Formats: sequence, structure tokens, C-alpha cells
Amino acid sequence: MNERWLNAAVVAGLVAFPLWALWMDEPFLITLATRAVILALAGVGLNIALGLGGLVSLGHAAFFGIGGYAMGILASHAQAYAPIMEWPFLIEGTKSMPVIWIVAMLAAALAALAIGALSLRTSGVYFIMITLAFGQMLYYFAISWPAYGGEDGLSIYVRNGFPGLNTLAPAPFYGLCLTVLLIALAAHWQIARSPFGLALNAARQSPARVETVGIAPFRLRLVAFTVSGAITGLAGALFADLNRFVSPVMFSWQTSGEIMVFVILGGVARLFGPVVGAVVFITLEHWLGGLSDYWHIYLGALLLGVVLFARGGLIGLVAGRGGHE
Amino acid sequence: MSLLLLAEQALNGLQFGVMLFLMAAGLTLVFGVMGLINLAHGSLYMLGAFVAAVVAGATGSFLLALVAALAAAAGAGALVEMLVIRRLYDRDHLDQVLATFALILIFSEGTRWAFGSFPLYLDIPPWLSGPVMLPGGILYPAYRLSLIGVGLAVALALYLLISRTRLGVRIRAGAADREMIAALGVDISRLYTVVFALGAGLAGLAGALVGAIQSVQVGMGEPVLILAFVVIVIGGIGSIKGALIGAILVGLTDTLGRLLLPLAFQTVMDSSAAASAGAAVASMSIYILMAAVLIWRPSGLFGARG
Repeated sequence: MNERWLNAAVVAGLVAFPLWALWMDEPFLITLATRAVILALAGVGLNIALGLGGLVSLGHAAFFGIGGYAMGILASHAQAYAPIMEWPFLIEGTKSMPVIWIVAMLAAALAALAIGALSLRTSGVYFIMITLAFGQMLYYFAISWPAYGGEDGLSIYVRNGFPGLNTLAPAPFYGLCLTVLLIALAAHWQIARSPFGLALNAARQSPARVETVGIAPFRLRLVAFTVSGAITGLAGALFADLNRFVSPVMFSWQTSGEIMVFVILGGVARLFGPVVGAVVFITLEHWLGGLSDYWHIYLGALLLGVVLFARGGLIGLVAGRGGHE
Repeated sequence: MSLLLLAEQALNGLQFGVMLFLMAAGLTLVFGVMGLINLAHGSLYMLGAFVAAVVAGATGSFLLALVAALAAAAGAGALVEMLVIRRLYDRDHLDQVLATFALILIFSEGTRWAFGSFPLYLDIPPWLSGPVMLPGGILYPAYRLSLIGVGLAVALALYLLISRTRLGVRIRAGAADREMIAALGVDISRLYTVVFALGAGLAGLAGALVGAIQSVQVGMGEPVLILAFVVIVIGGIGSIKGALIGAILVGLTDTLGRLLLPLAFQTVMDSSAAASAGAAVASMSIYILMAAVLIWRPSGLFGARG
């Protein structure tokens, strides 16, 4: 099957899913699908660094968590009617999603810029370990900083609002998240085709040649890492809004590992890799989780099988090799 | 703050550091020789602790428990190497990360399935349970002191193994040029299994030793694993000496940071704010140390390869 047709089928399935769930009278499934869509968005973010840039970041939970806490901090101040700071100028909390999203993306981008500037001095295994360590650093910071709940996290009473939409109902919120995901996918597609994306891809395959023609790989990678962090941060804000709860768990290294699993399960550097990966992951979690409390064993075995025997992920298995290989 | 407290905390930091070294040594050996990044190293640490707790509970002998932990972790390491890890040597780091992440899931859930979610406890043996008086009037737990001794003894033994024995020559040669030593007739796949099992055994030993001062539970390996990563990034990947120095630096920074940073903050702010700010910064201190080392030396203190 052609990868393009597969992608179209995935989009059609995601659009049709809430209608089917409403028809089946299972609104819970819409919430589950929203989870998959948001996690797919986090994966799309990572895929820009990992797929296009070849940057194996095991610390994307940092940006996911920052996005989540951006939402938690803004909304908790708004619901308590307490400004975040009054001096030197007044900053109030907010319950408006667009504002929260912008703050989450900016904060995550800033963190990605700083972490990237340090981590990208290294490469290979060092890069993996350092991104992992920075993720842990924020994890422990979130646990030991008592102002916003510390280890217990922060709860929000009511989901934040989006102009003209009832975000409290599952279906409109799903539609909103799906729209954001599709925009992010379009952005990935554009980036991959742009001169920047082509240069980034070249820097992944042969840094020396890229340098010879006068392009600095470090800068390309730093920009890619920052954009990647911002998108994952946006996913974090949506994820926190879905659960109306943020906690340090969003920063944990398992979260980083899972975001990476979505990308690999679907297929690295494939546009729809993270989407397929996240949908399969959530389906397995729901289905195997119902069968056995120890479903992670099966997940581990499946993942091991994909890594060892199905290089190119599930999309590679269905659509064959190619794409951006 | 008394000087005694400072000395005691410095010893705690040293003890933490040598235990981290046992973990980091295996990781850095496996990376140096096989070029493999192994996230499942923490699972072997956990396995060691569980086996020790079970054996000590059944036989009552702590020494037997240590031996069993070492043997079980080394055996599990050899088995995992032959079944899975062997297929990963010529893959890129991404595949290695994912496959070993999958191994963590299997190990952790398997342990939860076998032992349940409740922590087990491993008691300090009675002959090591009291405090000892050190020069200078420091009263220090005998068990923690012996951990320092065991850790340093292992470090010395590893040094002798790698610099003085035939196996050590092969390990060093394997790190330098694996095609060449295969061509010279060394059974490279057996060498890899031995090195992996050696690292696994050290991790299992560390798990068993630390298991007596912490609770033994699923997921205990991963925080230590990540600290061990920090250690070898600081020390330089592939270097045993770097792992030892990095481990002690990390142990001391973490322990003394938790003691001194809140006090340092107290000089500029009120005490409750200082306590929370100090605790927050102290929890990040080793990562700040790592960032500082990397800015100064991107491939670690003793690292040769990037």
C-alpha cells in the first residue's frame, strides 16, 4: 500500500472516529482518542528533531512537562484570582487556551534553546545521555519546588476555554486537538521540503559536506531542536488540559521514552509515524490493559520485535521502505 | 553547623559515589568495548537487589545473598546479551535505546508480576549493624563504611583486571579495534558476552548492597541508571578512571549540595524560602555540575571518543 494512501486513511479514520463513538454511545472512547491525538502531537514534535535532524533526544519530557506546567500555573492563578506577579508589572493568570498555548510554546522553545545549545556541543551517545539528564533535572526541580504542588502536582477545576467552542464536551475538544495535530503535521511537511529542512537532512547524513558548502550544522540542529521542543510543549499544555491535572510525572524519563516509542513504532522520519505509533500505543494500552495488569510486558515484547525485525516501523511494514529514508 | 556533620555527610557522599561507580563501571565498559548504550543496566541492579532480598530471607545469610545477587545478575546479563543485545551492536544508538527500553519494560513488569508491587526489605547483617568510631570522633554506621571499602576494592580489582590480565588486554584491544582482534583469533562474541556479564554482575552487586539501606522495589534501578549516565558523561565514556572520579564527584556534589545549599541561601533570604529554594537547586546540582563539565570539556574529563 502506498504511504500517501495510508496517511489519507489515517486522517479519515481520525476525523470519522468521534462520529462512530457517538453513534456507538461510547463518549469515553473520544477522550481516549483525544489522548492519542495529543500524544501524537508530542511525537510530531520529537520527529522534527529525531527524524529530520537525527537528534536522538531522550529528554523531550522536559518540553512536554514545561507545556503542562505553563497551563497549570496560568490556569491555577486564574482560578484563584491571584496574579502571578505584581511587580515590576502585573501578570495575571488566564483560562484562555490560545494564550496558554502561546506561553507554553514560548517557554518550551526557550528551554529547548538553552538545553539544545548545551547538548548539541556533543553528539552520539553523549547527546542521548545529556538530554536524558536535563529531563531528569527538571523532573527533580518540579518535585522539590513546593510553590506549584511539588510532588502532588496541580489540579484545575474546569477545562480552559477556546473562543466559540464548548471545550468541556469531549467531541469539540477532540476536534480542536485534531486540528492542532493536522496543522503541526502540515508544518512538519513544509519544514521537510524547505531549504532549511533539506539542509538539516543533509547535516544528518553528512555533516562534513554541509560544513564544506558553508552551512553550520550546529545552527540548523539548534533551530530544529527548538521548533521540536515548542511543538512538544504545546502537546504538554493540551495533555494537561485533557486531564485537568499536571504533575512531575510529565517530566519523568518514562514520558520521554514513550514519546520516542510513538515515533519509532510508527516509523522514524515518516510524516505520520508518530500518529500511527500513538494510536497503536493507546489502543494497546486500552486493550491489553483490560486483559492483564502486566500489559507492559507485551508492549516491551512488541517494541523489541519492531526494533529487531521491522526496521521502518509499522508504516514501513505496511507501505514498504522509502519515504525519507 | 558542626564539622562532625560535614564529615559525616562527606562520607555519605563518598559511599553514594562508590555505589554509583559500580553501576557506571559496567555501563562505561559496555560502551567502551561494544559501543552499546544500555538502558536496561538499571534492571540488572534491581534484579540483584530482589535476588539478594529473597536469598537473605530464605537462608538468613547476607554473604550468600550477595553472591547470589552477583551470580544472578551476571547470568541474566549473559542471557540477555546472547538473546537480544548481540543483535544490536551494528545498529545505531536509536535502535539500542529502544530495544533496551523495551527490556526495561519487560524486566520491571516481570518483577512486579513475580513479587508484587510492595517493596521487599533486606536487613543489614548483625555483624555490620552498629556504628564505628572513626578518628576525629566521628560515629559512622559500619555498614556504610564497609560499602565504601567494597566499592574501592572493586575499583582496584577492576583496575588490576584491565591492566594486568589477558582478559583485560583483550578488553582494551576490543575497545581500540574490534576487527583487528577478531582477525588475530580472539573469539569476539564470547569476549562481548563476558564483558556484558561482568558489567551486569557489578550492577547486581550494587543493587544488593544498596538494597540493605533502601527498600527493594520495582523501578529502583532507573534513577540510579540516570545518575550513572551523568557520571560517565562527566568522567568520559569508556574510561574506568573517569567513571570512578565522576562517581565520587557526583556523590559528593549531591550529598553536600543538599546540606550546604539551603544554608547558603539562608544568608540572602528568610529561612523557609531558603529551605525550599536550596532544596530545589540542590536537587539539580549534579546536572548543573554536568553542564559545567561539558561546557569546559565536551567529551568528559577523561573521554577520548565522542
